[in-house]
Amino acid sequence: MRYHKPDSFVEASRIASAAGRYRFLAGGTDVLVQMRAGISTPEDMIDLKGIPGVGDIARTPEGGWRIGVAVPGAVLGRHASLKADWPGVVEGMNLVGSTQVQGRATLAGNLCNGSPAADSVPGLIAACARVEVTGSTGTREILVEDVPAGPGRTTLAPGEVVSAILLPPRGAGGGDAYLRFIPRTEMDIAVVGCAVSLRFADGVITEARVALGAVAPTVLLVPEAAAALIGTQGDGVALAALSAAAMGAARPISDRRGTAEFRKEIAGVLARRAATIALARARGEPA
Amino acid sequence: MAKDDTHAYRLIGTRPNRPDGLDKVTGRARYGADMALPGMLHAAVLRSPHAHARITRIDTSRAEALAGVKAVITRADLATGQSGEDWNLTENTLAGEVALYDGHAVAAVAATSKFIAQDALALIDVEYEVLPHLIDVDDAIRPDAIALRPGSADASVPDGSPANVVKQIEFGHGDLDAGFAAADLVREGRYLTEATHQGYIEPHACVAQLGADGKGEMWVCTQGQWYIRKMCAAVLGLEAAQLRVTPSEIGGGFGGKTTIFAEPLALALSRKAGGRPVKLVMSRSEVLRATGPTASASMDVKIGMKRDGTITAALCDFRMQGGAFPGAPVDMALFCALAPYKLDAVKCIGQDVLANRPKAAAYRAPGAPMGAFAVESLIDEMAQELGLDPLEVRLKNAVREGDKSSYGPTFGSIGLVEVLEAVKAHPNLSAPLGPNQGRGIASGYWFNHGGETSVTVAVSEDGGATVSVGTPDIGGSRASIALMVAETFGIGYDDVRVNVVETGALGVNEPTHGSRATFASGKAAVISAKAAISEMCRRAAADWGIEPEAVEWIDGAAVPAGPNAGQFPPLTMAEIAAKMGETGGPISGHHEVTAEGVGASFGAHVVDVEVDSETGKVTILRYLVVQDAGTAIHPAYVEGQYQGGAVQGIGWALNEEYVYGRDGRLQNTVFLDYRIPVASDLPMIDTVIVEVPNPGHPYGVRGVGETGITPPLPAIANAVAAATGVRLRHLPMSPPKVLAALKARG
Repeated sequence: MRYHKPDSFVEASRIASAAGRYRFLAGGTDVLVQMRAGISTPEDMIDLKGIPGVGDIARTPEGGWRIGVAVPGAVLGRHASLKADWPGVVEGMNLVGSTQVQGRATLAGNLCNGSPAADSVPGLIAACARVEVTGSTGTREILVEDVPAGPGRTTLAPGEVVSAILLPPRGAGGGDAYLRFIPRTEMDIAVVGCAVSLRFADGVITEARVALGAVAPTVLLVPEAAAALIGTQGDGVALAALSAAAMGAARPISDRRGTAEFRKEIAGVLARRAATIALARARGEPA
Repeated sequence: MAKDDTHAYRLIGTRPNRPDGLDKVTGRARYGADMALPGMLHAAVLRSPHAHARITRIDTSRAEALAGVKAVITRADLATGQSGEDWNLTENTLAGEVALYDGHAVAAVAATSKFIAQDALALIDVEYEVLPHLIDVDDAIRPDAIALRPGSADASVPDGSPANVVKQIEFGHGDLDAGFAAADLVREGRYLTEATHQGYIEPHACVAQLGADGKGEMWVCTQGQWYIRKMCAAVLGLEAAQLRVTPSEIGGGFGGKTTIFAEPLALALSRKAGGRPVKLVMSRSEVLRATGPTASASMDVKIGMKRDGTITAALCDFRMQGGAFPGAPVDMALFCALAPYKLDAVKCIGQDVLANRPKAAAYRAPGAPMGAFAVESLIDEMAQELGLDPLEVRLKNAVREGDKSSYGPTFGSIGLVEVLEAVKAHPNLSAPLGPNQGRGIASGYWFNHGGETSVTVAVSEDGGATVSVGTPDIGGSRASIALMVAETFGIGYDDVRVNVVETGALGVNEPTHGSRATFASGKAAVISAKAAISEMCRRAAADWGIEPEAVEWIDGAAVPAGPNAGQFPPLTMAEIAAKMGETGGPISGHHEVTAEGVGASFGAHVVDVEVDSETGKVTILRYLVVQDAGTAIHPAYVEGQYQGGAVQGIGWALNEEYVYGRDGRLQNTVFLDYRIPVASDLPMIDTVIVEVPNPGHPYGVRGVGETGITPPLPAIANAVAAATGVRLRHLPMSPPKVLAALKARG
């Protein structure tokens, strides 16, 4: 295996384009574990941590956020203003792994690992986050929900690399939340995950996005669940409709982590609970 | 209660620092995988991907040709012609004609690096003819089930029994029909538990060296160096005396390290590689797929009860599968299941059944947690139905000294009533409960094993003592034995060092199993220390020119026994030791025995849970362990044993299980998916140590290590039933199962 440490994303992409089996290395909490288990056997390992800016969290001119691909969860969790804007995104990332893993694991890695159960991805999708992708022909921006293609796969072209995570400006009256269900309290993988982001203005929910994890081959954006909230006050009737829409959208499998029937049921429960927290945050109330 | 403040002893009952504490927290402790030798090779094992398959061809030539590979072994490299358990051990070490479970070893490689050894596995060509498989115990005894190993049933199995029953046990006493007829309420139920693994943190690991002369050495993580020496010798066709086995520090065993799995492979590879040492370290996946979990169980219980709670009769009919070999602990399950109850009419029937799963090993009170789950659940149900307090029902029927046990023998000194009274007095019983919360109680029982034991206590040159024991320390035995020896000599705790020694240093010792190390090695150490004291008294008598009988030992020194013996200043242990070379040579005491005087231990647990009615998730709010320790030598270690047993039981009750696919392959082979509890899942486990001293031990010790895992399964099921009104009879009570039960209730 050849190890590379380029100093730009263009160079990283060039190395990848010329390689056969390659992996990009950010925190390494998936790649290295998969290599040890013999699941991933890259010929070229391209370490992104030597590229300037990959460890930065910066406010964009529009008031959003640009997050470097090597920013670990622990740093996100200690960034007060990012957390104030997007608590749901940060709490999702902070559920990944242990304290030690939080010192390395990244949003970009969690996304590009392609797991339908990735804890940070529903929050990013609900937040309408984008990623900047660098390839041989330059950079482009795509929505986070357009990145996963199925378990372990992304839609990125060969050689393309995620070069930044981009969160939009939060704006007034916004709130988001992420909840996952696991049978334990930590160190586990989501049996179901759900993120809700919404805006509450003049007594009604004016915008909403709902994303579900671990109930389909990719994290799902569920517009019909969001529609159940928009235009309502987030009351019991709206939450029941939200639950029903989430359950209807879930198309899970049964496996060692939970049955399909159970996952569908839990998707509805988590959607209601996450929406309740997001709404409280939007209203500036204790969640 | 614990004797911390009131004990009559100088050291026993105190909580000094653990002798292994500094090494463990600094990383200096040497575990199985920490051993390295010059020229050492690394092993990797090829395992069957099928639950049941005939091996039609193995070709190792491509692997042997890989640069760096020094040895490849198959079944042809192990001994032949064995029978009984020796054959089972050999067959489990490497599959012969048929791979019997997913993960069954079929070949192994030793190479100059672990990576080369792993690469070589892919070059071993194995052809399989896949056969139908059996996983579930009840499926394995259906009339149409395939016979996994025809002819493997022993004489206990009646003619006409299902094909995969290999052992049957039946016992009881009294008139069962009359007992049920005398009852006001008779209820029965079927209870199911899934296989669980001990979950020790340290995977099996060893470094082994074996020459063409049949002389070998092994450094290994084990609970019993002599047991595995004998087993390895049988599997490899060696003389046991020519194999020297040194136990490492051990990162958990819980019974799972009292036998062999991959150890003979390391020896066989070394022999084939010209005697170069071979290191073999199992991965977690290998541990889960190919070492011994406990059995899964299907259990029918029928109980008769009078309106006042008196139990009039009990019938247990249990079936357990312990993998593709005999050895499911159905006998122990039946011995313990009804042990807390005084019964005039009882009958127990058990079947040991084969299935295509790994060979079961002992797991902390083997079988007892399952049996307790069945019996204690049904008793709780019946108490509820009759409107009785479940604790009072247990007190009313509790066995006492002199009662005939449900499994035959008459109980000697036991502490069940004292335990239940201590439960009754505990504040947890009156803690308020909120909505969706419930409280459960259950009793449990486990034996105390004596076993072959050999110990030497040597007086050191400066007046301290070195204790050599053969029982690896998996729960505080070194600290406890040091306390007992120091107490006996009248010297300080820090003046004693207890070493767990290799097979060349003592007579044969059974493993640390059956809650026996602090009891049996401790008792032998005390007797050994007393022998050394006698010799020191003789040396003092010779010095003083008086009869040895005129010398007694007080507070660490020889003193004249009364004024008639003469006036001499005390001779301390240090003074006698300093001159022992001139006064007759080294001083030590030695004792070896198949230990008797065991003291069994009863316990009772009380747990409060909250059930999330929307997700089925069970949260443990409060947990109380009350158990009889006899005498708690080192109370902190006793509490640790109580808490550890409770926590393993919580995992077993709520989420742990072997999950198999339709293909018969194990689905959850890593700790991510084999869900043992994490620290944040648990409240502090409250403990109360009851002390009803065991008259069979010089300081009153009972075995305490295993009883603690016996009550949690039913205690938690009873608490869930109290919280929800729903009775779960199939473990684990994982969220999908609990939620489905709640929805069925409506």
